[in-house]
Amino acid sequence: MSVPPAVEVDGLVKRYGTTTAVDGLSVRVDSGAVTALLGPNGAGKTTTVETCEGFREPDTGRVRVLGLDPRRDSAELRPRVGVMLQEGAGLYPGAGARELLTHLGRLHRHPLDVDRLVERLGLGGTGRTPLRRLSGGQRQRVALAAALVGRPELVFLDEPTAGLDPHARHSTWDLIGELRGDGVSVVLTTHLIDEAEQLADHVVIIDHGRLVTEGSPEELTSGPGDDVISFGGPPRLDLSTLRAALPESADVREVTPGSYQVAGVVDPHLLATLTSWCATNDILAEGLQVGRRSLEDVYLELTRRSAR
Amino acid sequence: MTYVPAPGAAPLTRMVAAQVLLEVRLLLRNGEQLLLTAVIPVVLLGLLTAVPVVDTGEYDRVDFLVPGILALSVMSTAFTSLAIATGYERRYGALKRLAASPLPRWALLAAKAVTVLVVEVLQVVLVGGLGLALGWRPDGAMAAVPLLLAGTAAFAGLGLLMAGTLRAEATLAAANLVYLLLLVLGGVVIPFGQFPDALRPVLESTPTGALAGGLRSVLADGDGLPWAPLVVLVIWAAAGTTAAARWFRWE
Repeated sequence: MSVPPAVEVDGLVKRYGTTTAVDGLSVRVDSGAVTALLGPNGAGKTTTVETCEGFREPDTGRVRVLGLDPRRDSAELRPRVGVMLQEGAGLYPGAGARELLTHLGRLHRHPLDVDRLVERLGLGGTGRTPLRRLSGGQRQRVALAAALVGRPELVFLDEPTAGLDPHARHSTWDLIGELRGDGVSVVLTTHLIDEAEQLADHVVIIDHGRLVTEGSPEELTSGPGDDVISFGGPPRLDLSTLRAALPESADVREVTPGSYQVAGVVDPHLLATLTSWCATNDILAEGLQVGRRSLEDVYLELTRRSAR
Repeated sequence: MTYVPAPGAAPLTRMVAAQVLLEVRLLLRNGEQLLLTAVIPVVLLGLLTAVPVVDTGEYDRVDFLVPGILALSVMSTAFTSLAIATGYERRYGALKRLAASPLPRWALLAAKAVTVLVVEVLQVVLVGGLGLALGWRPDGAMAAVPLLLAGTAAFAGLGLLMAGTLRAEATLAAANLVYLLLLVLGGVVIPFGQFPDALRPVLESTPTGALAGGLRSVLADGDGLPWAPLVVLVIWAAAGTTAAARWFRWE
């Protein structure tokens, strides 16, 4: 028997009043893999995930989680799926971290050892402090632990590292790696490109509720025209003359003030065009570098294009 | 540590027991809630029994006060405290998160109901015990049980309606205001006879008025089950739970 996909979203449409949050999205999540839904704020990531969790009903389209309907088969599905809501929501404000996790564990048949889970997430020092008095980052980690304590086969993590300091973020990334190693399917949302790049086997970029592109991080950054030349110079250069000199297949933009990037089919001729334009305009191109585009470049270009 | 999947829901009885345990613990730990459910009833009973502030007419003060304070206790737990706690659980997404856990929704409501009853038993022991120590001699008791249950259902329906429709802050304010108003107007410590005659039927038709009046006729007058207050409470319970079921929003 073949393993069914962990999640299948097919033509999902979800509207709130006149706003269309998800607009015909189709996504397939492989079992045992880490899948990242990557997109800017308001792209429809949370709506998609909350539809999979059974909180929202699709207007049209079909959602299957572990082969089941998230709403109709909710009773069967809930013990098998771990849920972390956005912003570490979903915690009893008056309970302590250990107390809450022990409680959620009791709702499951074979819960994780709460003491070890608490230690693993660096929450050992919180003791009996009520959750409302913990820091945002600590609450975030409690919410993550809450998604795991029932030993689910699939977890939905909505922005699991939002608001975490760099140490906690890396620790969470390690933990997600351990989950994958133990065969847990992970669906996470993020607007952090490096997070998707580091963690995910499969990245699904969505914007305006639609699929922009998807693939492994390698696939997304290795297409034709995915090479770049980057260089530094004075900020706010007038790039119109350079743009005119470049071939059709290439374009230039100022990524951040004083940091420029030429993207397209990069060959020695293109490099010569660039350096000669620099010479004409008396620009010393600092840190000139030829290389592969990062996922960030792909993401920014694609989401900007879809914004038009 | 291993995260190898081993999913499964706990047996239903264990889930409900765990939920009751958590809810009772959170409630007893919360200072503001304890003020409403334990401190105010006990202080009012002790103080007003000792000091002749209110004219209790033909009744001994303690015989008049205990039924009223019991009604206040039920209101404080099943209405005020339930509404505030549930309102904040909703606001913090705890209800939403729990809806994604193996605990069925009806089991959460059942756990809340049991929690309310557990706290009420503690209150009856506390208030009744203090009353007995102060010389309270109840005439009947068993007929009080249906009244207490109907009152609990009436208050819980109204409390959940408020918690499930208003913002948490609005629920907090409104639930406290209602508590205060009905403490004064609901026949808890001031006999209905001291209000204008025109107002009396209105006050006796509030859940608190019906419960306090009904308990008083059982416990102080030694009457059998008083049907009029019971019917009033059942109507409130039906209206409140129906409205809560219709309009309660979980997030």
